[in-house]
Amino acid sequence: MEKQDIFGKTLSELKECVTSLGLPAFTSKQIADWLYKKNITSFEEMLNLSKKARISLNENYFIGRNQPESFQESVDGTKKYLFKTGDKFIEAAYLPESNRNTLCVSSQVGCKMGCLFCMTARQGFQKQLTSSEILNQIASLPEKETLSNVVYMGMGEPMDNIDNVLKSLEIITSEWGYAWSPRRINVSTIGVVPAMRRFIEESEAHLAVSLHSPFNEERKQLMPIENVYSLDELLAAIRDYDFGRQRRISFEYIMFRGVNDTQKHIDGLSKLLNGIRCRLNLIHFHPIPDSPLKGSSQSTMEWFRDKLNEKGLTATIRRSRGEDIYAACGLLSTKKLLKDDQPKDY
Amino acid sequence: MSFTRKRIELQLTQVIDNILIADGVYYLKLHKPFDFKPGQVVALSLNENDEPRLYSIASGKNEVSLNILFDVMPTGQLTPTLANLKPNDEVYISAPFGKFLCEHTPAVWIATGTGVAPFVSLIKSGTNKNITLLHGARTIDGFYFQNEFKEKLGDDYLRFCTTETGNDVIEGRLTNYLKELDNPAPELKYYLCGSSQMIIDVREILLSKGVAYDKIIAEIYF
Ligand SMILES: Cc1cc2nc3c(=O)[nH]c(=O)nc-3n(C[C@H](O)[C@H](O)[C@H](O)COP(=O)(O)OP(=O)(O)OC[C@H]3O[C@@H](n4cnc5c(N)ncnc54)[C@H](O)[C@@H]3O)c2cc1C
Ligand code: SF4
Repeated sequence: MEKQDIFGKTLSELKECVTSLGLPAFTSKQIADWLYKKNITSFEEMLNLSKKARISLNENYFIGRNQPESFQESVDGTKKYLFKTGDKFIEAAYLPESNRNTLCVSSQVGCKMGCLFCMTARQGFQKQLTSSEILNQIASLPEKETLSNVVYMGMGEPMDNIDNVLKSLEIITSEWGYAWSPRRINVSTIGVVPAMRRFIEESEAHLAVSLHSPFNEERKQLMPIENVYSLDELLAAIRDYDFGRQRRISFEYIMFRGVNDTQKHIDGLSKLLNGIRCRLNLIHFHPIPDSPLKGSSQSTMEWFRDKLNEKGLTATIRRSRGEDIYAACGLLSTKKLLKDDQPKDY
Repeated sequence: MSFTRKRIELQLTQVIDNILIADGVYYLKLHKPFDFKPGQVVALSLNENDEPRLYSIASGKNEVSLNILFDVMPTGQLTPTLANLKPNDEVYISAPFGKFLCEHTPAVWIATGTGVAPFVSLIKSGTNKNITLLHGARTIDGFYFQNEFKEKLGDDYLRFCTTETGNDVIEGRLTNYLKELDNPAPELKYYLCGSSQMIIDVREILLSKGVAYDKIIAEIYF
């Protein structure tokens, strides 16, 4: 039997592992402690386990931890780390700020969703990340101890890999895991509705929904998902839940010049989001090569923000970080990894 | 905080027929419990608690049955079992939804594999004026419903086959054909349906040829 990755397993999965090896059930808690609290990378280091247990674990499992291959640092301090997963690469962006340090993690290698403005989309979809590969971006980050927040806004659509995303969230937020408050985590989605419902129901992390237009016909041109789960359905799903006082829902809105930055859009947004306690993040577009879209100017963005605020919508312009290395969240690129030699299915 | 699980509502309906129309590809006919618009999808599962999968409706809006076209993913959860369905078996389906309605003409429809399903529905519902269909497949039997398309679209139905020749199909990928086009008509709407990879490749070619992004609408089978 091929060795399995033990890192990224939840406590209940660890229980199954130890039971199948004939080890006492409490060992699972000890293993979780070593993996997630003490951050060790080999079974030999699990000192409170019997020698027999360590040997047996080592024969059947490995600890899927690996250090970043390389990193690039932006002039503003943003660092983009490249991690290897099998023969592929993923990126995680570390964004230090005065009051918080955020890590932006990837949930898939590539993406299937084909958003027009996105560099990851051009890579196509390569594979789902396991919960281990998602968590390793945090666990193996040199700045791990300084992290205050994690956002799932790197490569991939988290809701298209919902099982592994939920597992990683369980590990980050459980008492036996990293024991973080779910309020330190923000997960993005373009609105894959059934999986988004599961996320809302099974996790307590914040949710960031990519909107980019309040109009169906226009959003379809930017985001193919709109053909499947349209704005009506997306907003109806969100309105189905009470997010409580602590949990935040935000809408992300990348601003494209002459496309989604007019008075009509202000009116459309205020109508669409009417009654939802939320925040709207206006985001600078980082032009990607050969894109038909251009970013709105700073002054247009400020006008747009002020008008929205007048209408009672809390809108803020998100500072644009790491532009020189394409490390802005959601727009991570792996330029050198663009597909070419992949087999085509048509 | 705890929520009760809210899911898409499913209802039982009966299988009328399940026809093997090409290697590993089936045309599943179901009793039609509701009306739909051509281009819409349904969510479908065999057990109430399974996570349903999405399928484009592939029958005309006035037909008595609701049909889907699916190919079997050998390691998939649902499709290997779907392939075994017999008349009178029951499946769960959702009400129709989705907005890939392809209402604008003149238009170019572009599909690979089962991505042709919404266009089958459109053709069978009477849309065939000012339409060109570019259909890509690996083998000649992969041009599902080619007779219907030939009949309704005539020379405006182009088939691109990557591994076989003959039967008037054009050899090679449809992306190669698009790459060599001098100027794809910029006033047309382009409706793309199929795998994410095809959509991304085709969109990139069209954009590079000067087609405006707002003329390109895609349904991705993610
Ligand atoms: C809007 C939309 C419309 C669609 N319309 C159609 C249609 O008309 N006809 C059609 O045939 N399909 C359609 N699909 C695709 C369809 O929904 C299903 O995804 C498809 O039928 C496969 O379902 P499955 O349960 O058999 O496979 P799944 O179990 O979902 O697996 C899908 C693929 O992923 C692989 N896979 C599964 N699990 C793993 C894993 N853990 N690791 C690695 N790989 C894995 C499988 O090998 C398989 O190839 C559509 C999808 C969308 C989003
Ligand atoms: S924006 Fe997100 S969902 Fe859309 S293609 Fe890029 S990574 Fe995928």
